[in-house]
Amino acid sequence: MSVFVNKDTKVLVQGITGSTALFHTKQMLEYGTKIVGGVTPKKGGTEVEGVPVFNTVSDAVNETGANASVIYVPAPFAADAIMEAVDAELDLVICITEHIPVMDMVKVKRYMEGKKTRLVGPNCPGVITPEECKIGIMPGYIHKKGHIGVVSRSGTLTYEAVHQLSENGFGQSTAVGIGGDPVNGTDFIDALKAFNEDPETEAVMMIGEIGGTAEEEAAEWVKANMTKPVVGFIGGATAPPGKRMGHAGAIISGGKGTAEEKIKTMNACGIQVAETPSVMGETLINVLKEKGLHDKCKTH
Amino acid sequence: MNIHEYQGKEILRSYGVAVPNGKVAYTVDEAVEAAEQLGSAVSVVKAQIHAGGRGKAGGVKVAKNIDEVRTYADEILGKTLVTHQTGPEGKEVKRLLIEEGCDIQKEYYVGLVLDRATSRVTMMASEEGGTEIEEVAEKTPEKIFKEVIDPVTGLLPYQARRLAFNINIPAEYLSKAVKFMMGLYQVFVEKDCSIAEINPLVTTGDGDVLALDAKLNFDDNALFRQKDIVEYRDLDEEDEKEIEASKYDLSYIALDGNIGCMVNGAGLAMATMDIIKHYNGDPANFLDVGGGATAEKVTEAFKIILSDDNVKGIFVNIFGGIMKCDVIAEGVVQATKEVGLTIPLVVRLEGTNVDAGKKILAESGLNITPAESMADGAEKIVALVNEA
Repeated sequence: MSVFVNKDTKVLVQGITGSTALFHTKQMLEYGTKIVGGVTPKKGGTEVEGVPVFNTVSDAVNETGANASVIYVPAPFAADAIMEAVDAELDLVICITEHIPVMDMVKVKRYMEGKKTRLVGPNCPGVITPEECKIGIMPGYIHKKGHIGVVSRSGTLTYEAVHQLSENGFGQSTAVGIGGDPVNGTDFIDALKAFNEDPETEAVMMIGEIGGTAEEEAAEWVKANMTKPVVGFIGGATAPPGKRMGHAGAIISGGKGTAEEKIKTMNACGIQVAETPSVMGETLINVLKEKGLHDKCKTH
Repeated sequence: MNIHEYQGKEILRSYGVAVPNGKVAYTVDEAVEAAEQLGSAVSVVKAQIHAGGRGKAGGVKVAKNIDEVRTYADEILGKTLVTHQTGPEGKEVKRLLIEEGCDIQKEYYVGLVLDRATSRVTMMASEEGGTEIEEVAEKTPEKIFKEVIDPVTGLLPYQARRLAFNINIPAEYLSKAVKFMMGLYQVFVEKDCSIAEINPLVTTGDGDVLALDAKLNFDDNALFRQKDIVEYRDLDEEDEKEIEASKYDLSYIALDGNIGCMVNGAGLAMATMDIIKHYNGDPANFLDVGGGATAEKVTEAFKIILSDDNVKGIFVNIFGGIMKCDVIAEGVVQATKEVGLTIPLVVRLEGTNVDAGKKILAESGLNITPAESMADGAEKIVALVNEA
């Protein structure tokens, strides 16, 4: 078991003929991900990397039985690509594209109301269930199969956390990058809920950053509902206010969204927060020891 | 992206949102000419910089005649204003807005922002105009009223009316206030604003509802479809190194410290600043080279870091995903060869093509200190900078 993706997930690549998409399609195929088709308008009927290309998502779904898609479409067209995938009733849509205008995402969120599709991202590294399915841009080799769920707003910081876990012998059930935009699909609470219900997951690492209040809301949810230990880290403790730190959502505005505030709430809700990014793994491992989960989670 | 008040008012005016008549002036003579053309009994001379708090810093003056316009324009142009938003170094005033004075009855606040919790645009209003909304939210949150807007319908007239009634705008101004709010929402969505703040919104003795000030910020990600907004960009208001970085799609923010950072990914870049601080160092910048960087882009990033005289050492921290370590390594080697490197450089590489990257650095013959982890790297660069 795992969350969101597994060895049976059949994936479409939207924008498959672009150079970034091609590079990562190759990597995903090598990892063993079931890529069943690609979509690029006007390229239907062709083939790349042995994968058939279709003009529309609905054509691709009809022909291949795909239940998920990953989007590498350029930002000006990405919102449209998400809505096309939602309309085709895919279970899961993962949008890697960054720099999508916020107003486009406001529209997308409204469009998705009442629809069955789960969106992950945009501006995210994707989702990986080690040794089963990698959808996105993360380096596959750092991940090991195991029992730690990882959910994060940052791509490279997720790699950092996963690397620290794997190096110390703690594999992951699934790593979910929810992305650094202010308006996104799956949020911390959605991912935490899924990890809470997943029998393979024993503990969760939650990586947040400055801006917004998603971490605080997630912490309250953890306190009220979570049966598994959660450990956290918040990036941007030294970021100046009023400046957008790369991610569209990473900004302290009007004194709100500071790391200090988030860490305070998380601690109050029983979430231990790593003091520096280099001890994310260590902090989790110590908590596992305290809870008697260390041996169960040590996978290699 | 930020723009000036007078530019924001131009946009509002083009959408039928009421603003006082006014003109921009770059010189004292232009200011006088503008006041003469406006022909109002009283005019207001307003410093145009990208920061709030201008009034308190002496950047806004009411002139009762043309001589006073000349005096105030002369006084404010070229002056360095220090406000709570400019930092201690302040900002030099290079443009003025000359505006006709109006007979203010009462000041209000109206603003639009994205509410992240609902993923919708929200209009906020308060009768505590002229005060910063954060302060109102802190002290008297019950005086702020909100309407969450459905993107399908846009702001509905009843929502605007409800806001107007809630903040006690007198009935005789109601239709003008509603028109104002509807227009402001239109500007927000059609121009891809990230913030639209009217503080104060005023009612006047002539029966008008006007934006006395206007703060419009725009979503950088949407500028590709807002060519007219890009025209408003004032490079004088931006950090030189940040301008240079934006040419190469690098996300760069100048800070006060002496350790230059080059990192891939915003989260890791922030965390790198944090860990440098943890080891008692001081980061000189935030720099995310992004996912699709080429060796050339990395070279430019390196040059930008080195152009900061405060930088006494550089820490390159890369965890390759979409970004390949060999590309970073090539860029680092190329840049050091081009610009020469006399300060310590610590490089930590991990992720996609890490071995190829390490090999390039090792074979370059350059004086590079390798690091095994980000903690190791941060510790090393802080020590090297302190030694120097």
